[in-house]
Amino acid sequence: MSATPLLELRGIDKSFGPVQVLRDVALTVHPGEVTALVGDNGAGKSTLVKCISGIHPTDAGEFLFNGEPVHIGSPRDAATLGIEVVYQDLALCDNLDIVQNMFLGRERRSGIVLDEPTMEQLAAETLAGLSIRTVTSLRQHVSSLSGGQRQTVAIAKAVLWNSKLVILDEPTAALGVAQTAQVLELVRRLADNGLAVVLISHNMNDVFAVSDRIAALYLGQMVAQVKTTDITHAQVVELITAGRSGGLGLATDPGSNGDGPQPADSTSGGVR
Amino acid sequence: MTTTAVRKDGPAAVTPTPTVGGHFRNYLSRVRGGDVGALPAVLGLIVLCTVFAIMRPSSFLSAGNFANLFTQGAAVTLIAMGLVFVLLLGEIDLSAGFASGVCAAVLANVVTVLGYPWWVAVLAAVATGVVIGTTLGMLVAKIGIPSFVVTLAGFLAFQGVVLLLVKDGTNISVRDDVLVAIANRNLGPTLGWALTALAVVGYAAVQLLRHRNRAARGLITDPLAVVALRIGGLAVILGAAVYVLNLERSRNVLIVSLKGVPIVVPIIAVLLVVWTFVLQRTSYGRHIYAVGGNREAARRAGIGVDRIRISVFVICSSMAAIGGIVAASRANSVDPNTGGSNVLLYAVGAAVIGGTSLFGGKGRVLDAVLGGAVVAVIENGMGLMGYTAGVKYVVTGVVLLLAASVDALSRRRAAATGTR
Repeated sequence: MSATPLLELRGIDKSFGPVQVLRDVALTVHPGEVTALVGDNGAGKSTLVKCISGIHPTDAGEFLFNGEPVHIGSPRDAATLGIEVVYQDLALCDNLDIVQNMFLGRERRSGIVLDEPTMEQLAAETLAGLSIRTVTSLRQHVSSLSGGQRQTVAIAKAVLWNSKLVILDEPTAALGVAQTAQVLELVRRLADNGLAVVLISHNMNDVFAVSDRIAALYLGQMVAQVKTTDITHAQVVELITAGRSGGLGLATDPGSNGDGPQPADSTSGGVR
Repeated sequence: MTTTAVRKDGPAAVTPTPTVGGHFRNYLSRVRGGDVGALPAVLGLIVLCTVFAIMRPSSFLSAGNFANLFTQGAAVTLIAMGLVFVLLLGEIDLSAGFASGVCAAVLANVVTVLGYPWWVAVLAAVATGVVIGTTLGMLVAKIGIPSFVVTLAGFLAFQGVVLLLVKDGTNISVRDDVLVAIANRNLGPTLGWALTALAVVGYAAVQLLRHRNRAARGLITDPLAVVALRIGGLAVILGAAVYVLNLERSRNVLIVSLKGVPIVVPIIAVLLVVWTFVLQRTSYGRHIYAVGGNREAARRAGIGVDRIRISVFVICSSMAAIGGIVAASRANSVDPNTGGSNVLLYAVGAAVIGGTSLFGGKGRVLDAVLGGAVVAVIENGMGLMGYTAGVKYVVTGVVLLLAASVDALSRRRAAATGTR
């Protein structure tokens, strides 16, 4: 789609003590696209996201943001670059209203007084920009919202900060059918508005419904990153569970780790 | 009082152009949904006053007794105002009562024993409160001891500190004119009216500016009639109170004239406005609510959770110091029981009766004032009816239990209906 990827990771290694969780991981994320990050439990999805968002330092590897090498040492660095993460457990305060939650920790002020009208206006514009019409009042307490509406608020909160990359950790895991559809529609709209979106999901239907690319992690290695249109449901499941599927994924001899990353590199190259 | 409850939650937009009727329907539906706010305290106050007025019409309804209510309830109300901050985080400060005793003892020692001027003594007392609060807060936030245990230890230790400071059971008298005036003298009638006018005009200006500002930006506003009603309501309540307080209440005018607003009233009013501003209009206050509502979400939003937790204990102990100063002023002395016996329990009761949740995240400084009024009315009215201390304690306990049940039930209802 676009020539330079927004975020490019090369050769990321990460160990917790003796356990190597990420092994020479490469990932490219393009603006205007939804990149689905899939993998079984323990494959390293969450660790990779925490590395990108600055919560965990990496042991080795390069980060390129807009083609420029960057160093992400803390969540603040990530936020400065425009990387926002929407966590699975949402991180909203039930006793505050929607506007208060969206600006939590980054309130607009004039002098020492909170600038409520400006915050309410900006929140309304952000929600309108995402065509969110499910909330009736911005001054509603978050506790009165449904699961889908809460997810919507959490995503809108991430978008509010001129973010360029939004990472969503299992946004539909706890939702019903209709609410899942709503949230997926919103995820698609984020990408259509020009943001880069990384969607972590276990649900293959969701992945195929919204993603442009699929990146599969298997035991800490990026085994494939392909266009969603070039792969089938069954192949993704094979990549997740066995690390390879036909010509994709790890080399036929899974013992030789050195060959592992190569297919990933070649596929991402072939996609361009 | 219902008007302030509406103001806090702002416009709940069901229709883009809210009408007066719609506004009240909204409020009623929120109350039914479990968001009762200060309603129980206000209703309780009305019921209690009606009962006492019928049972003891001559003594309870006299202007002198009305003025007494303020000076009787002042110390507990001030301590309760500080406790609201701690309760907002879902913590508790059991040491606030004796912390006020320690601060009062420091005040008495500095002004009477050491002979410094009154303002040095007041500063020393408040500084003592700050030190106590910082210590408690550090133990809770940095070391991670539950606040119940830390402040229970404080409760025991400060009781001992008061005893040590007043030299084992004697008492220290406070004779400084300014300090004695705080709880025993009144403002002149003219000054009382001037301050009332200032308060009403100030409130009206804030409300109208806010309304115009929001309307200019095309945001949903409360109907102008509701805004006017609030301003009018405040003017009527304050006006009536000041009128009654300005009546002559001396038994023999030839010996001494006794009229005007007690000096503690403007002190409480100013602190109420200041702390309400801090909680509702600054990001620090917003962060207190956030930490009380969901500590982990607050941490991820970049809020310094430890800093907030320490600071509320500092505010609580400092307000306890001010409560202690008022108590010392009222008694003209400090003894080992200052801030002891039921002071702390009344203060916690006042905050909870007013509508502050023990579960954290919900409450206002105004709650402490309303709850403090309920506690003072029970104490005062039952005293006039000749009941013994035993009966008073039992009744206060029952009222506190009622308030806590309302809190718990309204939470359950809010969880069930999803409106809060």
